[in-house]
Amino acid sequence: MTGKSSRSDAFDRRHLLAVAFLASAAQLFSRGASAEDAVALSLTIKDGKFEPAELHAPAGRALEIHVTNLNAIPSEFESGDLHFEKIVPAGKEAVVRVRPQQPGRYTFFDDFHRETKGALVVP
Amino acid sequence: MLAALIIVFREVFEAGLIVGIVMAVTAGVSGRALWISGGVSAGVLGACVVALFTGGLSQLFGGAGQEVFNAGILGFAVVMLTWHNVWMSRHGRELAEELRAAGEAVVAGSKSLLALAIVVAVAVLREGSEVVLFLYGVAAAQGGGSWALVAGGFAGLVLGSLVCLLTYLGLVSIPSRYLFGVTSALIAFLAAGMAAQAIAFLEQANIVTTLDQTVWNTSWILKDSSFLGRALHTLIGYVDQPTAMQVVVYALTLAVIAILMKLFAAPPTQRPRAA
Repeated sequence: MTGKSSRSDAFDRRHLLAVAFLASAAQLFSRGASAEDAVALSLTIKDGKFEPAELHAPAGRALEIHVTNLNAIPSEFESGDLHFEKIVPAGKEAVVRVRPQQPGRYTFFDDFHRETKGALVVP
Repeated sequence: MLAALIIVFREVFEAGLIVGIVMAVTAGVSGRALWISGGVSAGVLGACVVALFTGGLSQLFGGAGQEVFNAGILGFAVVMLTWHNVWMSRHGRELAEELRAAGEAVVAGSKSLLALAIVVAVAVLREGSEVVLFLYGVAAAQGGGSWALVAGGFAGLVLGSLVCLLTYLGLVSIPSRYLFGVTSALIAFLAAGMAAQAIAFLEQANIVTTLDQTVWNTSWILKDSSFLGRALHTLIGYVDQPTAMQVVVYALTLAVIAILMKLFAAPPTQRPRAA
């Protein structure tokens, strides 16, 4: 008897865990969807320079950086501060998503041409 | 051309560390040269295909195709590395005995060799596709290849391969009774680092959004984009500003590998012929 009830307890607990897991998974996806209201920023790479060299964005908002590579050769748009690396073929546009940031200055660069550097400034 | 040399060296160096480790892990296993060179060839071929389709790949998954692809192949490599370590903890001793007896070692070793060949292919594919993209891009911009570009790329390839050779020679100089332990640990850290890197790609793709706060920032000591930072990034997964999720997944991968190795380890008393 007791063995059976404890088994069903374990079953319930497992059920509860599964529900909790699904709920957190659902939350994960809904949080992903909330990135719709991200602040869009645009940036071009031309003649080995970022234009503009400094981006400005509000604190605490998700960002979307649209980067267009106007060089004739590919770039690897990368930032350790902002956690992204993305290859942008010549003449193409790529979108990089950045999570909400605290105020500060965050650098990014072109990993194929290290002298090409820029920064995101969050006041 | 210096830029070609630097980029090619950097990428070959990163793949070379992994290939060097795999060569040391499989030292003495017959047929390994074929498996490893097969892995490298598959990786080079894959790199060209990936580079060719980078534009199209980027458009998939709402612009996050590159990230999802990278996370996917890294995840695959993590599974292969884990499987190898678990397999070796079970069969390592038999394998060593069979190696002396030769013969069946080829059959026994080939299961694990496939996993490692896949790891080599993934490493070469990831780093190689950047090389192909860069060299092709420069050549296209110049309106054709040039001797400077070829020379730079070739020098980078030779120097990078040298790192692979040094990694291998360094590891096989370790006395054989420690070699298994050292390479098992190296493989486990390699897998944990790759798992954390896969998470970074999923975070970038906005697929993983929980535990996304930065845990520490050691970029003032060692930037992960520096030479040493890159080497440590490849070997043990060093990241100067990891997110909480990356740290959790890193630790979890190490724990899972350790537990699986313990669970599947060959019983110490398994010596039927001794009696």
